[in-house]
Amino acid sequence: MATELPRTQVVVIGLGAVGGVAVLPLVNAGIRVTGLEAGSWLSTRDFAPDELRNNIRDWPQSVGKAKQEIPTVRPDDSSVATQGSGHPMMNAVGGTSLHYWAQSWRLNPWDFKVVSETTRRYGVERLPKDSTVEDWPLSYTDLEPFYDRVEHAVGVSGYAGNVKGTILPQGNRFEGARSREYPMPGLRSSGFTDMMSDAARKLGWHPFQAPAAINSEVYGQRPGCFYHGFCDRGGCHVSAKGSTAVTTIPEAMKSGLLTVTTHARVLRIDNDANGRATGVTYTRGGETFFQPADVVLLASHTYENSRLLLLSTSSEFPRGLANNAEQVGKHYFSHHQGAPVLALFPHNLNNWYGLPAQGVAIDEWADDNFDHSSLDFIGGGNLWAHTDRKPIAAGKMSTFGKAPTWGKEWKAFLMKNADRYNVSYIQKTTLPYEGNYLDLDPDVKDALGLPVLRITARYRENELKIAAFTQDKMEEWYRAAGATDIIRAGLGNTMGASTHAYGGTRMGDRASTNVVDRFGFAHEVPNLGILGASVMGTSGARNPTLTAQALAWRTVSHLLQHWQSIVG
Amino acid sequence: MTQNNKSSVTENMGDGISLSRRNLLKQAGCVSATVLGVGAGGAASTVLAQGTASPRQERIPVREAFETLTARESEILDALVSRILPSDENGPGAHEARVVHYIDRILAGPAGNLRELYASAIEAVEAYSGSHGGGSFTALDEDGQDAVLVAMEAGDMEGFPGSSAAFFNLVRTHTIEGAFSDPYYGGNRDFIGWDLLGYPGVRMGSSPADVQMGEDLPPSRQSAYDMAPYTKDPVSRPAANGGAAHGD
Repeated sequence: MATELPRTQVVVIGLGAVGGVAVLPLVNAGIRVTGLEAGSWLSTRDFAPDELRNNIRDWPQSVGKAKQEIPTVRPDDSSVATQGSGHPMMNAVGGTSLHYWAQSWRLNPWDFKVVSETTRRYGVERLPKDSTVEDWPLSYTDLEPFYDRVEHAVGVSGYAGNVKGTILPQGNRFEGARSREYPMPGLRSSGFTDMMSDAARKLGWHPFQAPAAINSEVYGQRPGCFYHGFCDRGGCHVSAKGSTAVTTIPEAMKSGLLTVTTHARVLRIDNDANGRATGVTYTRGGETFFQPADVVLLASHTYENSRLLLLSTSSEFPRGLANNAEQVGKHYFSHHQGAPVLALFPHNLNNWYGLPAQGVAIDEWADDNFDHSSLDFIGGGNLWAHTDRKPIAAGKMSTFGKAPTWGKEWKAFLMKNADRYNVSYIQKTTLPYEGNYLDLDPDVKDALGLPVLRITARYRENELKIAAFTQDKMEEWYRAAGATDIIRAGLGNTMGASTHAYGGTRMGDRASTNVVDRFGFAHEVPNLGILGASVMGTSGARNPTLTAQALAWRTVSHLLQHWQSIVG
Repeated sequence: MTQNNKSSVTENMGDGISLSRRNLLKQAGCVSATVLGVGAGGAASTVLAQGTASPRQERIPVREAFETLTARESEILDALVSRILPSDENGPGAHEARVVHYIDRILAGPAGNLRELYASAIEAVEAYSGSHGGGSFTALDEDGQDAVLVAMEAGDMEGFPGSSAAFFNLVRTHTIEGAFSDPYYGGNRDFIGWDLLGYPGVRMGSSPADVQMGEDLPPSRQSAYDMAPYTKDPVSRPAANGGAAHGD
């Protein structure tokens, strides 16, 4: 039997990028919060500049919950699902915000209104046929105040492109209107990024350093970035990265109202006969506990959000909590960030100490920033030429068809070219479709004997057309910068497990097609809030974290304003 | 792998005086480099004074024990990875970088599930070499060894649990990891791999001038675990004792 713990007002499942933000406005309002985290605390002493450990071995110092529940993947119902080698979820206080690139974009206003804007501009027939996309139940303008709060709470550096309608040339001229500038200027440029910016201007494009939750200067008690180059899947050795573990969580702990319970592996969310959430059951150190709470906020990774709901079956919810409408797991998609372009230059680029969030963005071909009248797809991609090079990755570089892949000639090729290549990062508008979904795998179990999640999904024609279109643009850009050799990766097929995973608990007014309402509370379980990219119905051409964090803050804000009616 | 698990190795310092490196480093904690220099001759004081910047030609290969590979397996594997990343007129390769030590350690640890695969693969390489006139892979000349790798890469060799092509990809990946990972893990000895790539090494930060094109930074010559914060050791060590000997 589970040991029942003293009641708390709000229990948050997962103290990562979104749960870690949500706790701050809660305790600021005087609410008692218990945060359950599967991992442990990590410190700057754990963040060695070690590519093998960070990028190859996947952080062996963290607790391996995620490693034991790696999802299985298949492109469609008629294929066999196989388990991959990694899980994008990170188990530690701070979660993926510890080791993410920290690119902190707002979505474009178009991303909130894909259906109505496409219909208005091009006609309803231009929406991809089997897509289940809906307009969001809120607009960019509704979310703007929460973007602003998060940018200041975690510390985002960048250049504004649109402050209250005034276009500023140093930033992204296509962005939605902001109420004010970023709290810090953008990260610095490098020789390589200056070269790429010059090439973009030659093409008549508008390059800019994109926003990042990385300090470009001292911010509060944290220093500016040291630019040592181990940001990608690495924690920050000087806490310049605005992980929730060094920003909102410690800030919230000062109140004395936040209890952080590490190594807590949540098994299920419990409910009563009225269909209300009563609390959370978890294991810790071989013991099982029940944490009763007035409100449950589910804030683990997209995959685990759906999985925990599906595992939480009861007589009231026989197919999983909040799933009587059978929408949990639906409208899933992972961001099409693959299909890169590789470029080889005739000189060294000196990218050894770059960060992936330090680079040059081109937004001309993203989302609906360009006219699609004569094209056969909607949406687009953001082109990102970034610094970041590490030695094992360099050793695995493409030989561009110029040398064999081993032996004397390969060695000579590596010696000459290890610092001469670049790989683009192109984030593409990705949509939800019929037939793309998450459910529990019928065969594969985790170490506790619980089923792992199964991903059934593949990119469709619209995504592949965007991929081909943006590869053209990326090649044009690299050629303008002097690249001598170009390789285009394949356009993509199966949607594998991704850090940029969306849907499964989509947000929308219609309870028949969405799990949570416009404020993030479950249609079927009024005191269950769901935080994370799992509520997002479109991706845009942007990293999801800042939007997921802004939505989390908005959900908590709604909870605080309607506490009595939600708690009941 | 800084100083805790070193074998007791005798180093000839070039002037006829042999010193145990372990003893040398032990003493460095309590005796100044200058004093040691007097006792051990100029070369010793150079090693201690320069710390990690010791030129590699002054080093003598260290025969550290393998943790799981047999002596014979290690020789065959060393010959094999040395054809993937050869030593040639362009400089040292997988052998000097001690890639086999890296592979040995992962097979004894995080990649233990691949130990049997390596054993089978090495046997298959020997069988193939024997049936193609070599007797042993290590007895073949370079062209003969390359022909074996070509067959392996093409998936044409038998005796592998999977295809020989899959094993080739695996051992190539491990060769890259061993050559280019932090020397803490047993390969990339004396930063041979990082020098090969032109990577100036891990450091705590970079300045705006450091990242301009055409800038040629001097190598940092340190492991991540030479840096005080990452040893996770509450007792700080004297600088001269902080990882002066990578890979041995």
